[in-house]
Amino acid sequence: MIGQIIQAVLLGGYYALTAAGLTFMLQVMRVINLAHGSLSIAFAYAVYTLAFRYHINPFLGLLMVLPVAAAVGWALQRLLLERAARGGELLPILSTFGLAIVLDNVMFQIFGANAKGLAQFLGDLSFAAYELPGKLYVGKLPVWILAAAVCVLGGLHLMLTRTGLGRRIRATAMDPVTAGLVGVDARQSAAIAAAIAMMMVAMSGVALGFRTVFDAYAGGPQLLFAFEATIIGGARSLWGVFVGAMVLAFAQTGAAMLHPQAFLLGGHVMFLVVLFARLALGQGSLGTRLRQVVRGA
Amino acid sequence: MGLLSVAALDVRYGQFRAVRGVSLDIARGEVVALIGANGAGKTTFLRAVAGAVPVAGGTVRLDGRDVTDLPAQARVAAGLALVPEGRKLFADMTVEENLALGATVGRAGDWTMERVFATFPNLVKRRHARCGHLSGGEQQATAIGRALMSNPDVLILDEVSLGLSPLVVDQVYASLEGLMASGATIVLVEQALARAMAVASRAVCMLEGEIVLDKPMADTSREEITAAHFGLGRSKGARA
Amino acid sequence: MTMAVERWTAQSRAGVGGAALVLGALALAPMLIGPGIVDRLTALFIYVILAAMWNALAGYCGLVSIGQQLFFGLGAYATIRIAFAGVDPFLAMILGAVAVGVLAWPVSLFMLRLKGGEFSIGMWVLASIGQLCVKLDPMIQGETGSSLISLNAYGADLRRNLIYWGALAAMTCLLAALFALLRSREGLAIQAIRDNEEAATSLGVRPERTKRRLFVLAAFGIALAGALWLAQAVSFQPKSYFSVQWTAYMIFMVLVGGIGRFEGAILGAVLFFAVETFFAATGVWYLIGLGATAIVFSLYFPRGLWGAVAARTGVQLLPLGYRATNTET
Repeated sequence: MIGQIIQAVLLGGYYALTAAGLTFMLQVMRVINLAHGSLSIAFAYAVYTLAFRYHINPFLGLLMVLPVAAAVGWALQRLLLERAARGGELLPILSTFGLAIVLDNVMFQIFGANAKGLAQFLGDLSFAAYELPGKLYVGKLPVWILAAAVCVLGGLHLMLTRTGLGRRIRATAMDPVTAGLVGVDARQSAAIAAAIAMMMVAMSGVALGFRTVFDAYAGGPQLLFAFEATIIGGARSLWGVFVGAMVLAFAQTGAAMLHPQAFLLGGHVMFLVVLFARLALGQGSLGTRLRQVVRGA
Repeated sequence: MGLLSVAALDVRYGQFRAVRGVSLDIARGEVVALIGANGAGKTTFLRAVAGAVPVAGGTVRLDGRDVTDLPAQARVAAGLALVPEGRKLFADMTVEENLALGATVGRAGDWTMERVFATFPNLVKRRHARCGHLSGGEQQATAIGRALMSNPDVLILDEVSLGLSPLVVDQVYASLEGLMASGATIVLVEQALARAMAVASRAVCMLEGEIVLDKPMADTSREEITAAHFGLGRSKGARA
Repeated sequence: MTMAVERWTAQSRAGVGGAALVLGALALAPMLIGPGIVDRLTALFIYVILAAMWNALAGYCGLVSIGQQLFFGLGAYATIRIAFAGVDPFLAMILGAVAVGVLAWPVSLFMLRLKGGEFSIGMWVLASIGQLCVKLDPMIQGETGSSLISLNAYGADLRRNLIYWGALAAMTCLLAALFALLRSREGLAIQAIRDNEEAATSLGVRPERTKRRLFVLAAFGIALAGALWLAQAVSFQPKSYFSVQWTAYMIFMVLVGGIGRFEGAILGAVLFFAVETFFAATGVWYLIGLGATAIVFSLYFPRGLWGAVAARTGVQLLPLGYRATNTET
């Protein structure tokens, strides 16, 4: 039982990491990036390729991929989201969904149907574990992923509240037109935010590769997990994302204890319950509330 | 050519021409009161000048430089600051954070955070309060302070007294007095005609998207401005 | 200058007459064409249904669902379930689709309260739930799936033609139902104000009721499409029927044809059918092409082909709105 609770916490760490990027883009650009999961898988494949072809350690590979991810985020905002957002609410959804389909199938074309993982490149680390009192063993990698999630969310929080860039990003998220009137380049702030979000997406993709194996079509489920964690925790701070991720992981783990096939179902049902409880309580549109995450940060 | 020079400015919302070929030339040190009824196009005109609303035609020049195609933040960097109608503060940020945002463009000048607090002493205690929790007067002071933080050459104040009690309006204008006396160039929209006539050196009246009166304050009268405001005896001849 | 407001223009009279002729010809077609073409045309009718039903939500309610595969999969599943109980498979298809439509009513009460991306992914989550639940049914045997065996009671030719006529009839009825809904007072209102819900509320129009009807109609129609697809393919695997690819096809068809255009969805389905006929053999590249086309259209031609044609020429083949024309100048 304690072992399962620990596993759920560690799984929640991964969900927090993947939800962070999605939430941040939702808050600043007010766009749900439907290519979120596919992009994270693409970065995981990039690190896989570096490791497989050039024998580069995945941690080093991630460091090399991060600047690329930032550039991808910047380009995504400037070339796609900005233009789509001008055409109303539907087009960002449609264009990012189109992007997800392109990415998924390109990856399938390149890497085939076999699932890949990154843990194999880590040698002993992939099964190294910490020993807890009571003969409990906890894998080192999942613990590091949880720590990374805490660091990323904490770092993001500090950046948003303590730096000039953070202020500009928050101003852009709240009211891009007024941000311009006080001298903030809202387009630039949004592009920087997208670059930061995409670095988090790359980290979550690599984290997924460390935890388990992935294939070209794994992006869809990752998007759903990230979205569910975001909505469940859709409260007033970035820590809400963390809470949402934990709730999702516990719901999945708990459901799996009841019925071995109910793992995913448990998470989905928890998502719906939280969603409709909130709607029934009449706390307004979730989008409005989510935007307050950045404001309240 | 003046410090702020607008020529034949057109703004459209779909088929509706909100601003129709407005030209206005403002010299350094002038305090211009922009007067007109609700819906006359004042706010749209000012937002277009500041770059918050796209223009359909015409030019905006700042100190001789054409800024018509520049985005709002570049106009702030060029020395133009707008205190928008409704204040538009970032409500979940503190007073200090709002003021710090005003300094984003980093223009050189006398205005610092400390000087803003000296000019609006009522803000000192509220320094770390979220703007959403401030009183109307404190919010207006923060909005003006935020604009001043960019060290503008031209300051545009849209409806600074809207929603404030007369006492608070007095306070806001008292704080602005020093600024006006220092030779700043200001465009202000003010519904209270007496106040506008007291502080401004020039009156510009808008009606249905056009300027119908433009005279030095000394050469006009309350009656003439009121007539222009309501479009009575409307004639192009009223323009100076 | 005098204005005349009319619903039936010469063009739209010709359009409706032409549509009737085409439908009549299609009904007689199985007597003349080979079985391969009958099968392909059946697929085309199913695509038209999918496109029109997705367009009903996206084009008229502003709701982009990424989860319409839920209804597609449920329609097929319900058909198998009902046929398994001994009901004639063709009757089971109709009953299955009706069951899904009934289920969609309570679902709409919740889902229509979501907006934008939340609705999109929320529907996707529902589709995932649907797939997981169907897999729990022992009859489906997990991913192995099941099939509509009782169709074998019909001979191959008769079966093919019955499915063809069924698909044609389903397409015609669903398009007519959508047309009628959109032409009703509230349907016209929802089109007039689809970009501005606040204005709608101030006009006293209640878009919720129309949205709910369109949501249920779309669920029913897509379920029927799923049942027809099952009838043609015979076998049912949850993974392929609940695949998000179905929604990707719908999005492609409607985006290319013209979102929010009645004729656009049909045009998009025909184009998709043609693209599929020629390029499906290229496998993955075909899907990459569909995704890329969706991106390009959403960024550069958001009105789609029919939208561009209609904007340039003013053509309206189906008398959906009222048209004001200058009769004198």
